[in-house]
This record gives sequence, C-alpha cells and structure tokens, in this order.
Amino acid sequence: MTSPLLEVGGLCVDYLTEAGNVRAVDHVDLSVEAGEFLAIVGESGCGKSTLLFAIAKLLSPPAEITAGSVVFKGRDMVRLTEGELRHVRWRDYSVVMQSAMNALNPMKSIEAQFTDAMRAHSEMTTAEMGDRSAEVLKLVGVDPVHLRSYPHQLSGGMRQRAMIAMALLFTPDLVIMDEPTSALDVVAQRSLMSQIKELQQRFGFAVIFVTHDMSLVSHYSERLAVMYAGQVAEVAATRSLFEKPLHPYSVGLLDAFPSIRGPRRPLTGIPGSPPDLARPPVGCRFQPRCPKAMAECLLRQPDLYTVDGSRVRCFLHEPAEVGTGAAE
Amino acid sequence: MTRLEATPAANETIEPTAGPATAREAGLPPEPLLRTVSLTRHFHLGGIFSGKTLHAVDDVNLTIGEREIVAVVGESGSGKSTLARLLAMAYEPTRGQIFYRGRSVHSLHSRKDLLWYRGEVPMVFQDPYGSINPVFRVSHGVMRGLILHRPELGAAERRDEAERVFGVVGLSPARETLRKFPYEMSGGQRQRVGFAQALAVRPKLILADEPVSMLDVSIRAGLLNLMVELREQEDVSILYITHDIASARYVADRIVVMYAGHLVETGPAEDVLASPRHPYTQLLLSAAPDPREEISVPTSAIAGEPPRVINPSDGRRFRWRCPIAIEECGKTTPSLRSLAPGHRAACHVAVADVSES
Repeated sequence: MTSPLLEVGGLCVDYLTEAGNVRAVDHVDLSVEAGEFLAIVGESGCGKSTLLFAIAKLLSPPAEITAGSVVFKGRDMVRLTEGELRHVRWRDYSVVMQSAMNALNPMKSIEAQFTDAMRAHSEMTTAEMGDRSAEVLKLVGVDPVHLRSYPHQLSGGMRQRAMIAMALLFTPDLVIMDEPTSALDVVAQRSLMSQIKELQQRFGFAVIFVTHDMSLVSHYSERLAVMYAGQVAEVAATRSLFEKPLHPYSVGLLDAFPSIRGPRRPLTGIPGSPPDLARPPVGCRFQPRCPKAMAECLLRQPDLYTVDGSRVRCFLHEPAEVGTGAAE
Repeated sequence: MTRLEATPAANETIEPTAGPATAREAGLPPEPLLRTVSLTRHFHLGGIFSGKTLHAVDDVNLTIGEREIVAVVGESGSGKSTLARLLAMAYEPTRGQIFYRGRSVHSLHSRKDLLWYRGEVPMVFQDPYGSINPVFRVSHGVMRGLILHRPELGAAERRDEAERVFGVVGLSPARETLRKFPYEMSGGQRQRVGFAQALAVRPKLILADEPVSMLDVSIRAGLLNLMVELREQEDVSILYITHDIASARYVADRIVVMYAGHLVETGPAEDVLASPRHPYTQLLLSAAPDPREEISVPTSAIAGEPPRVINPSDGRRFRWRCPIAIEECGKTTPSLRSLAPGHRAACHVAVADVSES
C-alpha cells in the first residue's frame, strides 16, 4: 500500500494571546489520497480555515503549530524552512482563497499576477509564461482576452475562476480551497463546482475543500470531514454521511438545509452557538447543544471511534457500549 | 369605428378608479398593503455623454398583501436589491409608482409623512457586521428608532419596549443582551438585532435584503423560522430577498422570480417550485444543491453569466442562456401572463404550451 499524498497527524494550532493560549485546531488527524476530493465542513469559528492555513504553512503569528505533523509527499512540512517551502509551494500544492476580490491585487492585470506567481516559483521565459497563462485561463472557461483585464472588470464568478486558473499554473498535486464559492450566488456556485470537479478528474489533482455549506459538496466530494470546535467530529464517505450521519452534530447540520424537493419538513437548525475555544466546555465539546447528551458527556471527552469505516467522536458509538447507545 | 371602440375603453378606465366600496362590490380584490406600478430604475454609467444606461429594475408590478411573506428570488445583478431600495425610498424611481395602502409614496414630502412611511416599512440589511454601529451598545439602534418613530413613549416605556422586541426575536435574556456591544455577538445574533430594530417601530412591512446569506447554514434555519414567527405574532408582511430559492420555500407564501431587472415569474411558493414555467426558474431550481437528491443536472445548462443590462434592445433578456429560446424571443419582450390561478410567467414558450393544451 502506498502512503497517502498528505497525512496530517495530531496537528494542534494555538493562538498565543495575552489571556492565554487558544487551541483552534486540536489533535486533528486526516489523510488525503492522490486525486481525492476531501471536503471539510463546519460552522464559522470551528477551526477549519486555521487547519487549512496550517496545512498550507501560511499561518502567521499569533497562530502557531504547537504539535503534530503534516507529511506531504513524504516530507514533514512543519519542519521545512521558508527557503525549502518555496520549491514546494505553488508547484506541488496551491491555495485558492475565499474572497477573490481581496485575494487578487486590484492594481494589477490578471496576466501580471499570473506572471508574478510563475516568476517566483520557476524559471520560465516570458513567452512561456504568456502561453501558460492563456492556457490555464481557457481551462477554467474564461476567454484569454481577460488576461489584460483588471479584477474589477470581471464578475465575481470570473474572478474566482481566475483564482483557480492561477492555482493550476503548475498543475500541482494538491489544491487547497477555502470556501471559494461562498461569495457567489447559487447558479454561479453550481457552475463553478462542476468546473472544479471536471478539472480535478482531468488532471488528477487532490482537492481539500473547506465550506460551511454541506449541501454544496454533497455531489462532488468523496470523503467528508465534519469539524466542531477545533476537533474532527466525524469523517466518512460523503454518501454514507448524508444517508446515515452518526454524530448528532452532523444530523443537526443536515436538518438545517431547506430542501426544494420532497415534502416540506420543518427546519430545525442547531440551537445555541459554537463554544468559545478559549474556554471549551467540559467533556464532549458538542454536549451543551446536543439533543442526545448523556450524563457521561459531561465527564470526559469522547475519542474518534471507528464504526463501519467511518470515524466518529461520540459516546453513542463507543465500541464498548454498542448494545446500549448505538441501538437508538 | 373610432367612436364604437372608445366607449368600452372609457368604461374600463373608470372601474379601477372607483372607491374601495365599489371595488369590493365589483368583486375586485381589496387594495393590497403595497403595490407598484411599472416601477423602473435606471442608472447612468460613465460620464455625462457616455449614453450608457443600466436597467436595474424594469417595469415591475409587484403586490404585497397584509401578513404576506413574498420572496424575491434572482441571481446577483438581477435587480432584486435595487427593488428593495426603491421600496425603502432609498432610491427615486426613474418611472413608475409605489402605492402604500392606496397612497402614492411619491406624494409624501413632509417629515411627518416620511417618518410614518419609514416606520411602517423598515429594512433589514444583508451584512450584520456592517449594518450595526460597532461603537454603541446594541440597544442604541433600537432606542433611536423608538425616539424617532414613537415619541409618545417615555424613557421607561422605551426600555420596556426594547426588551419586548429583543424577547420576540429570541435574544434572551433581553435585559442583558441589550447592554452588549456588537462584537460580543455572533452573526446570527446580530441579524436578530437587525430584526429587533425593525420591529421596534411597529412596522407593517419589513424589507429583508438577503438577511441570511452571510450566515452559517446551521444558523440560517433559526432566522428563517423567526421570519415566519414574526408574521404570526406581530402581524407584519415581509419582503424576503434571496438568491436561494430553497430557503424561500420555507418562509414565503408567494415567490417572485427576477431576471435582469424583469419580473419573470410569480405564483404561490409551492406551485412555482412544483411546476416552474419559466426556464430561468427551472435553472434556479436545478442549481440549488440538495444533498438528498441524486445529481441530475447537466452542467451545460448552467453556463453563462447574468447580463449587465446596458441599453437593452427589445426581446427577452434570458434568450442568450435559454435552452428553449424561439425566434419570437429575439423580437418582443414577453409580458407576464396568467398560466394557472395566481401563477404568472413571462415566457413565450410557456404561454404557448398552455394555450395548446
């Protein structure tokens, strides 16, 4: 068996504040196979973006990786120096940021920004860079005439496509995407998702896709990791998570979606709000909002238990108590 | 010939102008809460001589009844926010009129009249992080509204009223929450403050411009339910603007679909969702992700971008992206035609289908 493309083990990220350390990512284990589409979902403040930034080594103070490893193509990224990272970044993995309007430089044309990235990470000639820029822009379905356009001249969807084109300049093995569609409306969202999936299948790169909208990735990702309060709450194959969610939090997230087909169910949502990570609740972190909380949840933290190929952090699925809890 | 034709036409024009009593006797529906007639707003682009005009809202006839929740659905750039701003009197219409309780809004000029209208029709904004002043406690906005719009209340009554509206929108304990600063609250809570501010002035119609689009999915459900509760408890109508047609289903009685400044389909929410007549509505429906369904939409159907409607020519604005466009679509702009009770669409093909069957 070959080792996975990316293996995150026991990763912890702390924000070092005057009031004390806030652990935004708490012992996260994840792996991504080559060519796989992994989605990470969770509410605002659950640490999903921090996790992404840690994987991409883009954290800046006060955030700091305090434990764990990020092994990408056999090398531990946590230990690489900036100089060594320069050869890996953009060539082997690239990042697509959330807001294209803020991520693109408003003062530079699209082509100038593409050229910047290529100049920093390769030794291509000007002509080669021009050809490659036009090529990637065509890939994402934007007319290459827009290489001379400035970001404000493009629509939101086209800007986001340009960002994705930029991430594909070197056809990397891994593309990390931080809510690339959240600023778009429903129609543009769906069209962009289809495009990403198509490119992924064509070039075989792996995708880590972060979003707060589970329904968005339901048809595109192979595996889904649900994060809650800095921890992984559930990891499962996407279809199985939608059909049979194990963690009460996953159930809550699924019930929060309005459905346009089938009978009109009442929307429930999840009461309360995510915990303050500076003072996480005792025991299970979801227990204050959990409809199935038991006495035990207040006492200790559940581990990630393996159930039928899925992994879930909930006492209802603790192997020793299969007879009592999981029967529910 | 001309004289023969003139008589029935003259009769027709008399009927709508008759008093409310005769209208009811004649079987006409009573005057709705709010009604727009050919409401139009164009924006000039570029310099004075550029000659470019952006048609943001074109000929929109919209009615909102008492205690009715109407959802306006459309992509970015479809003119739905401009419509809300026109109704809030933040923009002057280029053409057309707004009637509120039978009274033309453009005849309101005195400070008293304008305060009255703005109190009856307040707005809730999209961005809960930008729409609340960060340097004041959240009670500030509610109190200001009360001082302006309900001067008869004393200081103690104002505090009671503020606590009451905070309770209604689910911000409890109200007394403690009123003392908080915006930064101490989550996005969902801030948006509830937005609704509390609107409620404090005893509104009849709340204009909610994408109130949940910046919130997490898990928080959205709570606010959608809140809108339905407000209608039940406070007897308000709501104009709910959104790009997510699925969420409209859960709150709205009626759905209005806008495309490129035109109103293209309107009808009871369940009817529009179950049998969308306009191809654009069908596109919106197919784009809404539904985890419980198998994916069935060919990706080609979603190609294209919403148009920027600058100096448009005649013809249907959707025809460039429409899978079923016919020759007629390039010539004339279709108007809304009735296809089922209360269900109207502006599409040449949909209308032809109905008349054939």
